[in-house]
Amino acid sequence: MSNAYPNINFFKVDSGLKSWLFTLDHKRIGLMYLLFICISFGLGGTFALLLRLELLTPGTLFFTAKEYNQLFTLHGAVMVFLFIVPSIPASLGNFLLPIQLGTKDVAFPRLNLASLYVYMFGAVFCVYSLFAGAIDTGWTFYTPYSTTTDTSVISMTLGAFILGFSSILTGVNFIATIHKMRAPGMTWFRMPLFVWSLYATSIIQVLATPVLGITLLLLIFEKVMNIGIFDPALGGDPVLFQHFFWFYSHPAVYIMILPAMGVMSELVTTFCRKNIFGYRFVAFSSIAIAVISFLVWGHHLFISGQSNYATMLFSLLTFLVAIPSAIKVFNWLATMYKGSIYLKSPFFYFLSFMFLFMIGGFTGVVLGTLSLDIHLHDTYFVVAHFHYVMMGGTVMAFLGGLHYWWPKMIGKMYSEFWANISCLLVFVGFNMVFFTQFILGAKGMPRRYYNYLDQFQPLHAFSTFGTWVLGLGFIVMLVYLVWSLFKGEEADANPWGGITLEWQTASPPPFENFEKLPVIEYDPYDYDKVKPYE
Amino acid sequence: MNTQSLMENGTMILPEAASSVASSVDLLFYVIFWGSCLLFFVMVGLGIYFIVKYRRTQSNRVASAQITHNDALEIGWTVIPLILVMIIFVWGYRDYLKLVIPPVGAKEIRVVGKKWLWEVEYVEEGIKLLNEIVVPVGKPVKLLMTATDVLHSFYLPNFRIKKDLVPNRYSKIWFYPEKIGNYQVFCTEYCGDGHSSMLGVLKVVSQSDYDEWLKAGNANDDIPLLELGEKLYKSKNCNACHSLDGTAMAGPSWKGLYGSKRQFVDGSDAIADENYITESILNPNAKVVAGYPPVMPSYSGLLSEREILGIIEYIKTLK
Repeated sequence: MSNAYPNINFFKVDSGLKSWLFTLDHKRIGLMYLLFICISFGLGGTFALLLRLELLTPGTLFFTAKEYNQLFTLHGAVMVFLFIVPSIPASLGNFLLPIQLGTKDVAFPRLNLASLYVYMFGAVFCVYSLFAGAIDTGWTFYTPYSTTTDTSVISMTLGAFILGFSSILTGVNFIATIHKMRAPGMTWFRMPLFVWSLYATSIIQVLATPVLGITLLLLIFEKVMNIGIFDPALGGDPVLFQHFFWFYSHPAVYIMILPAMGVMSELVTTFCRKNIFGYRFVAFSSIAIAVISFLVWGHHLFISGQSNYATMLFSLLTFLVAIPSAIKVFNWLATMYKGSIYLKSPFFYFLSFMFLFMIGGFTGVVLGTLSLDIHLHDTYFVVAHFHYVMMGGTVMAFLGGLHYWWPKMIGKMYSEFWANISCLLVFVGFNMVFFTQFILGAKGMPRRYYNYLDQFQPLHAFSTFGTWVLGLGFIVMLVYLVWSLFKGEEADANPWGGITLEWQTASPPPFENFEKLPVIEYDPYDYDKVKPYE
Repeated sequence: MNTQSLMENGTMILPEAASSVASSVDLLFYVIFWGSCLLFFVMVGLGIYFIVKYRRTQSNRVASAQITHNDALEIGWTVIPLILVMIIFVWGYRDYLKLVIPPVGAKEIRVVGKKWLWEVEYVEEGIKLLNEIVVPVGKPVKLLMTATDVLHSFYLPNFRIKKDLVPNRYSKIWFYPEKIGNYQVFCTEYCGDGHSSMLGVLKVVSQSDYDEWLKAGNANDDIPLLELGEKLYKSKNCNACHSLDGTAMAGPSWKGLYGSKRQFVDGSDAIADENYITESILNPNAKVVAGYPPVMPSYSGLLSEREILGIIEYIKTLK
């Protein structure tokens, strides 16, 4: 089929609300995902600000214990299911995967649109549960608390169940696209590393998410029909729920971080104008993470009554999964060596990720160590650790990717000055909030506590102050990004001097991505052969 | 019942270690901590050096070398960290076994976790306690634990130990108290509105104090009724759910309770007198005040006649 709109960018091909709601264009679907994902992030972030506000002092400040419990549950559920799982793959991935592969669209454009609607349908259930007796179980829905509470467990779990399908559909689509739709000449080892990471992510999404679906469905059966599966009062086993739940939810952690690692590889190569150091190590470490991630769920059950033998094996496997992550960090750092380092806001997010993710990784080693986990399990140390990985890792890479591809996706530049200010505020605020929580946790402060001993107050208060700095950073970002939508300077096709395929087409890209479908002759980061900056 | 401060005592970022196993756990923590700090600062230092040296300038518009890989280096930074974490793994597992396997002959105490209190029972001595465990120094203790409603978790930060309590299952935890003192107990598995009030104390006392305490039983006979009630309000965890200032928590406030008319979920009502309060303590679900969930556990067998009387007298004073 010939390209009907060779030079018209995808915004202008068609207009009106209907052209967006029924579009099959992966770029428009990606942008719609991006919008919903940012709204979810704002919602989850608001819950976080409120719950940290309550923790400014011990005892009651603004909320009752129940309201506080609902706040942290909603914060977790919204951030995990509505924001971070779909964040990078569904928005940036959707937009960029076909372009980076040099093709017109994903393999199944209708399925792609369907996954967006499934996502919205699931989100409706989650939002409904905010108003209908907001759930108070924690985002992990542990039984038997979740089978006995009178809050809206069913609508939230049903929401998560439906969102899971959205995730599966995206994963299937990406796998098919990567296998079958690569441009001529694009061998597996000429794919950008972002594509490799999405491939690894998709494998996990397709294989692990059904287990979450089954688990949540069993939970709903138990609650609605009183069938004893997890609730000991009905003859069920609550620890079984934890096994099922983490069998999905630990791999899900890698659904969250792997695409972020892919973004990091793109950032470091472009902003250093350099070939990635150790392409194959970086690519295969993604696959290694995807495989091992299925075998470490038991480290969430070290104190739950799992046998000592199982506990030992899960600890061993947990250490193994740390290695591929470490390899990536070493490779990124090595890529900077002898580069030409361009200090712009996307690269500042790259540096923030490096800094924060290393701390997240080292504390992960602490938590994987059996004797230390016994002390630190379910304390603020764990809270701080996973925020350093999830927010310090995934969110920083998401923001880095957003700033990196914003000119490509929107066709406008944002204010670099305000982007730097905002990045600094986010970085400083984040560390204020969560570094203190390492100390709190190591000193013994348990998580999910509405009230706490007076001795913990100074650190709790400092952590709360940090959320205000962090929040301010995001408000600044919202302002300059929205401003750039309307008043931003027109972006060049290649403002950063990148050489992957998305930088070889217009900003924003034409309807079918390229004027002429590309033929690939070089490795993705071969700056010796491709020189966009001359 | 003040416990020693976790924040103020102890080493840099860990609370005081109350046993030698805990000290050995701490050693590994600090080995990993300082090792990580070293590696972290080397990496950050290298990063800063690269940024300064290789930042884009007119003379450095293009990377000065395209280095695609270096197998020896990459295998090196795969294998060396692998060896390091394997050492940590083995070390951690050995300490873990010491933490979780109780020695033969440890004194056994039963613990039941329920929303939101810890019931402690000494089987041989026939003593029941609430939210406190009294043990003699220098003798290993094993707690045999279960829960009656939802998951709970028993956490003693000073001993670096923690274990989940699961309904219909027994779990065990043990410790060797080496220093006299009062140590904090937390619930660390989320269990609802009173989760953060589900606190307890481990009292490690000298052998002679322990013997005396056993002899005296758990008698509160020599305290005036009103003081007894006030003391029990805290020690029996009534304060987890009942406020004194009129605030509604998981249960109704005690302020102005006595003599007031209570409206129940089934539509009936009653005046809160001595009999009503006693019934509410021993059989809480018989009459549940409208607007509150039926979550209070029965205190039957956990409070003596005199103690119940003390609580009633105390409630009477809260106008």
